[in-house]
Amino acid sequence: MLKTENISFAYKTRKGKFPVFRDLSIEFAPGFNVILGPNGAGKSTLLKSIFGLLKYKGTIRYGKENITAMNNDERTKFMSYLPQMDISSSMLTVLEMVLLGRLPELGRKVKDIDLEEAMGTLEMLNIEDLAPRHFAELSGGQKKTVFIAQTLVRNPKVILLDEPVNSLDLQKQLELCHLLRNLSKDTIIIVVLHDINLASRFAKHIGVLDDNGNLYGSGSPKEVVTEKMLNKVYGVIASVNYDEDDRPVVSAIKSNRQ
Amino acid sequence: MNDRLRMSKGNHDFYNQLIRKRILLLILLLTIVLVLFVLNISIGSSPLSLKEIFRVIFTGQGEGHNVMIVRDIRLPMSLMALTVGACLGIGGCEIQTILRNPIASPYTLGITSAATFGAALGLILNTNVLRVSESIMITANAFTFALLASICVYAFSSRTGAGKNSIVLFGIALNFLFSALTMVLQYISDDEDLKSLVFWNMGSMLKSNWTKFFIVCGALFLCFIILYKNAWSLTAMTLDDTKAQSLGVDTQKVRRMVIILTSMLTAFAVSFVGAIGFVGIISPHIARQLVGEDQRFFLPLSALIGAIVVSLSFVISKLIIPGVILPIGLVTAIVGIPVFLTIIFRRTGVM
Repeated sequence: MLKTENISFAYKTRKGKFPVFRDLSIEFAPGFNVILGPNGAGKSTLLKSIFGLLKYKGTIRYGKENITAMNNDERTKFMSYLPQMDISSSMLTVLEMVLLGRLPELGRKVKDIDLEEAMGTLEMLNIEDLAPRHFAELSGGQKKTVFIAQTLVRNPKVILLDEPVNSLDLQKQLELCHLLRNLSKDTIIIVVLHDINLASRFAKHIGVLDDNGNLYGSGSPKEVVTEKMLNKVYGVIASVNYDEDDRPVVSAIKSNRQ
Repeated sequence: MNDRLRMSKGNHDFYNQLIRKRILLLILLLTIVLVLFVLNISIGSSPLSLKEIFRVIFTGQGEGHNVMIVRDIRLPMSLMALTVGACLGIGGCEIQTILRNPIASPYTLGITSAATFGAALGLILNTNVLRVSESIMITANAFTFALLASICVYAFSSRTGAGKNSIVLFGIALNFLFSALTMVLQYISDDEDLKSLVFWNMGSMLKSNWTKFFIVCGALFLCFIILYKNAWSLTAMTLDDTKAQSLGVDTQKVRRMVIILTSMLTAFAVSFVGAIGFVGIISPHIARQLVGEDQRFFLPLSALIGAIVVSLSFVISKLIIPGVILPIGLVTAIVGIPVFLTIIFRRTGVM
């Protein structure tokens, strides 16, 4: 279980402080968790805070351990994080790029076990053919998949993914979500998504942040994804139906500002 | 997760082959460095045969003045060419890495213009900043100001929030500042002093001696070891900052470490042999094309190519006009410019 206990964060600029969220308490159980919310709700900020890239007030715990008090090395040992924006490009082969995901293990010589884990992760994502290619030559979606491999290669206990399906084609989106859902039972996976239907289809648990960074609601997809929520949080008029697995399917109709 | 990963062992033979190729390349370049080194000892106003060189080096005996020529003049000069080249190669490699900019070099940070200003102070106003003996005054001045500039860049980069672009901007500002200050000195100087400053700027190996070599070599050795220990973190620095941080790299810390180490290397190199152009830009670029950006190879290869470029320039500088040694800075620039232009026009796909 990963818990944030009354965490607050504000961006400081010359014009003053801009709070992103205040006293946010939210729990994530092992399995596929999704964070939904409109632009600027603080979804990415929340992931960065959990990973320890931002200084926030409050405490985040993993089980009984206090993540907030940990240093960088201790945190990266069991957590991995995929940032949203990836403009990086470098003269490395895909295999080397994935190896970087195991940075603490790498020494003067790369061990076979690290190479095997890296190749295995590429296979798991069906891109083992790309291994010898130069990263800079890949397409946007391929690069994204390589970065996902880099995030998964360490077998982390907590996986934080910020919009991992962006720039992936439909098949890859479904495959990735399927893979994440079927990762080991005790791994906590927290994913920021914009596609509500994809989230409803695969997530075990959904948390919704509203415009002010407050937790509007959390629970199973059926509990959370409702016409009322879509109206209140996203400001859209939509109809919600249910598929054969009783998971919600959203058809958006129009913005309620129009 | 492990069970499914173990479906197959994953064929990574190509990676082992890649590593073998890179090691062979390192050995090849090391051989070229050694050949150029021996060539540099042999070429000069009185050419020496290979046999004679080895006799002097290994037995300490030789014909006429040969022992003196090899031991006191050619050996320190040729070694200096190697080490200074390696220093500039490493400096360029790491500055390009931390700034993620393939045309950055220690010059970008304003260190060289600061050194030039220091030298100008000594040559034109006779200012002896460190109160040292006349003979090393210019070097000491250049070094002091190069270090001053690096401390400025370091202090600036330590401020929270100073990203790679602001560091580049700060370096450019320092560059302009020190160039303007140098111009003020040039404006008030007489013809004789102006001439010596122009010559200092062209760079020269001629004032090399053993003491200078040991200082530069020590700095090179120390910096290389520290950087090599951080090879993987530096490799991760080729990614976006947030991305590198997500892999557990303290980007601010790595950036500060690189700035202080490379400034020191550049300060020593430039203050001893003058402003040598372009080596810092072209060496890492060639190295990157050859082995990519795995720093376990990128770093030593940049050093070797830097050593090759300066040694080769030194050989050429002695051959163009027989009996005359052209300023090495001119030769490196003339060799460097065509390569530099190729970099600009072939940059697509890199960073």
